[in-house]
This record gives sequence, C-alpha cells and structure tokens, in this order.
Amino acid sequence: MAQANSPVVVIGTGLAGYNLVKEFRKHDSETPVLMITADAGCNYSKPMLSTGFTKNKSASDLSMADAGKMADQLNVTIRTNTRVTNIDASAHTVFVGEEAIEYSKLVLAWGAEPVAVRIEGNAGEHIFAINDLQDYANFRAELEGKKRVLIMGAGLIGSEYANDLSNGGFEVDVVAPSNQILPGLLPEKAASAVKNGLEGLGVKFHLGLLVTRACESDNGVVVELSNGEHIETDIIVSAIGLRPRLDLAVKAGLHVNQGVCVNRMLQTSDADIYALGDCAEVDGHVLLYVMPLMTSARALAKTLAGEPTDVNYGAMPVAIKTPVVPVVVSPPAQEGEWDVEANGMDVKALCRDDDGALLGYALTGACVADKLALNKELPAILK
Amino acid sequence: MKKWQCVVCGWVYDEEEGCPEEGLAPGTAWADVPDDFICPDCGVGKDDFEMVEI
Repeated sequence: MAQANSPVVVIGTGLAGYNLVKEFRKHDSETPVLMITADAGCNYSKPMLSTGFTKNKSASDLSMADAGKMADQLNVTIRTNTRVTNIDASAHTVFVGEEAIEYSKLVLAWGAEPVAVRIEGNAGEHIFAINDLQDYANFRAELEGKKRVLIMGAGLIGSEYANDLSNGGFEVDVVAPSNQILPGLLPEKAASAVKNGLEGLGVKFHLGLLVTRACESDNGVVVELSNGEHIETDIIVSAIGLRPRLDLAVKAGLHVNQGVCVNRMLQTSDADIYALGDCAEVDGHVLLYVMPLMTSARALAKTLAGEPTDVNYGAMPVAIKTPVVPVVVSPPAQEGEWDVEANGMDVKALCRDDDGALLGYALTGACVADKLALNKELPAILK
Repeated sequence: MKKWQCVVCGWVYDEEEGCPEEGLAPGTAWADVPDDFICPDCGVGKDDFEMVEI
C-alpha cells in the first residue's frame, strides 16, 4: 500500500499533539511526521491562559516556542494556519480543501471548543470565549484601558478567570445558573470557602441566574439578568463549558459519543486513526485535563512506534488555579459518604465507600498540602 | 537551593523542601531528581520544568 511510506499525520499542535510527538521521538527518531494546525502552531500551555494576570504574562510571553522551532526540535514538518476539511479513512487520506495528504497513521489531537452561547442584544463583539493563545491575545488587547469584566459561568475556567482578573485589578462580576460555584466538582462547603475567598478579592457573584441580554451603552455594556437586574461592565467572558470537537470525526464516519470514542489503545473505530487529549473519549472517560493527556501521549507514542500499549489512568486529581484559596479535587466516580471538616478557607472533604475506602476528595486552602498523601489512597480511573 | 516550576501547570519543586511524598528527600537538587520524574499535578516530564525565582 502506498501509505506505508506516508507520514504519521497529527492534527493539532496543542499540548496533546506536541507532547505525543515529543514522546514518539524518544522511541522513533526517523518516521516522517506531519503536524497540521489551524493556528500558528506556537507551543504553549493552555492551562496558563487563566493565570496570565497573576503571572503577568502576555500572549507572546506564554508562547514557549514557535512552529519553526518546534519543527526543528522534533524533526517534523508543521503546516500552520491550515485547516483539515475532510478525512477519507478508507483511502488513508486527509484533505485540506482540494489538497489530498496521505497518512500511514492519523492522530486526532484537535482538542475541545467552548460551548457556544447566543445572547440577545447588540453586544456580541464584546463577548469573548478564550480557548487558545490567539483568543487570549485578542482578549488581552481588548482589555486595554478597561476596568470591568463580567464572567458567564462559575466552573473551573470561570472561577480561575475571576481570581486572575481580580489580581489584574479588574472589577469582576460572575453570573452562573448554579447555586454554588464549581458545581459538580466541589461539595457545597468547599465551594463556599472558595467563593468567600474570591469575594474577599472583590468578585461579585450572581448565582442562580442567567444573562438574558447584553447591549452596548455609552460607557460599556449593560447586561440584563434573568431576575431583571442590570449590571454595567466593559467585557464579557463566556466560560460556560467546553466540549470535544467532533465534526470531522462524525463526517469521517468514526464512532463518537461525548468525545471521539477510542479504546485503551487510543484507537478509534478505524484501526489506523487514533485520538487523544480533549477530543477523545477513552473507554468512556472524557477528561479535559493535562494529566490524562500526558498519560495517553506516553502510551500512544509506544503504540505508534510499534509496541502496542494500553493506557492506564491512575487517580487524576485536578488542581484549580484560584490562588486566593487553592483547590485540588478528585471527584468520586461513584456515590459515597462525604466527611467534611471546614475551618474558614481550609476545607478537607473526603468521600468514602461503606468499607471506608477513599473514593474522592476536595481540599481547599491549607488542606491542599494533604493531596499527595491522599492520592496514594485513591482508586485508579482505568486500571 | 533553587526552585523549579512546571511550565505546563505551574507546580513548583523547591529543592529545599524536596518532595517526600514522591520519594525526594528535602535538599534534593533538581539535577539529582530522576529523569523519569513527572509533575505530580499534571504529569509532564522533567524537561518541562524551568528554574524560577519566587
């Protein structure tokens, strides 16, 4: 078959794409690799996008290497600002418009995208969802000379931005439909501790509410909430959720569910197409975090180098970057009994089963120091 | 004694404190941390740490 001499093609140059290739090159220094990215291909860490003000980093500070440097470092070809428009799995070919590119193996590392929101009113151009380095650069440019930011969503990204923008000196309002912050991640008491910490920085929360309308005004944007209240702000950040990108996979006929379905070898329903990172659903798990992505990159690198390797997920605790009240959480995979000790900002919430085995935890403030010891007790996600 | 920070997630390794939970005694220099050490918060390798002044 012609494709035996064709390159391994990787779509995406985020943490998943670059870390996969970095690991692959440890096993195989020669097989040609072509990486295709819709953006400029800078190597940056996406989690750092919500810490820019605290760490005083502009978009260009966050870029650790440009595509040219990465191509040299990894001995690969990188096509930047290039969008794959179609995949023909039976012909082992991806298409960029009319151009056909053959692959031997194809890796989908194209990530997740923000849940789109349509808000009534004429303030659409003041609403930002920050999902990549370019979005971040645009957002930072737009913030120049502004003072007020309204964040929609009080999940991980919304809470991190609330802390970071407060540290940057902005007046921050957070509007979210949930009755607590970090719903689904933190038990109520732990969430309150974080909320109190953020309020101490001046963040104003409007929980149990939705933004119903946003209109330009003489000095910024006026946002209307579902209870009729009005808030004046300058910029709106939409942080209402993130979901795996699926369009091209669906078009290619691959099995998808919440993410692109892959088995423990990170193989999709087509034997020569693999997926990892934020776009992948690994044996039923969609985990939009770095640690599972890195674990997957190491396993898939071996598989691509000719040593078929299953991925194992250990416990995957998540650190939430709200430095005013640090948080680390390992959500339990099953129902259990929560035991919560709270002392001001310091909350230690442990979830155990009937036999007393640890299923998950949420730690805030000084209690995060217990995480490494507790991690050893946690069950693995994929053994 | 120096500090090293994970460039991906921001976790800090302080040579003075070591990381006893990961088997690194206080005072372990970064150069003596095993090459297969991975960041306990995000899982990236030792290459992805840089020295920081904090």
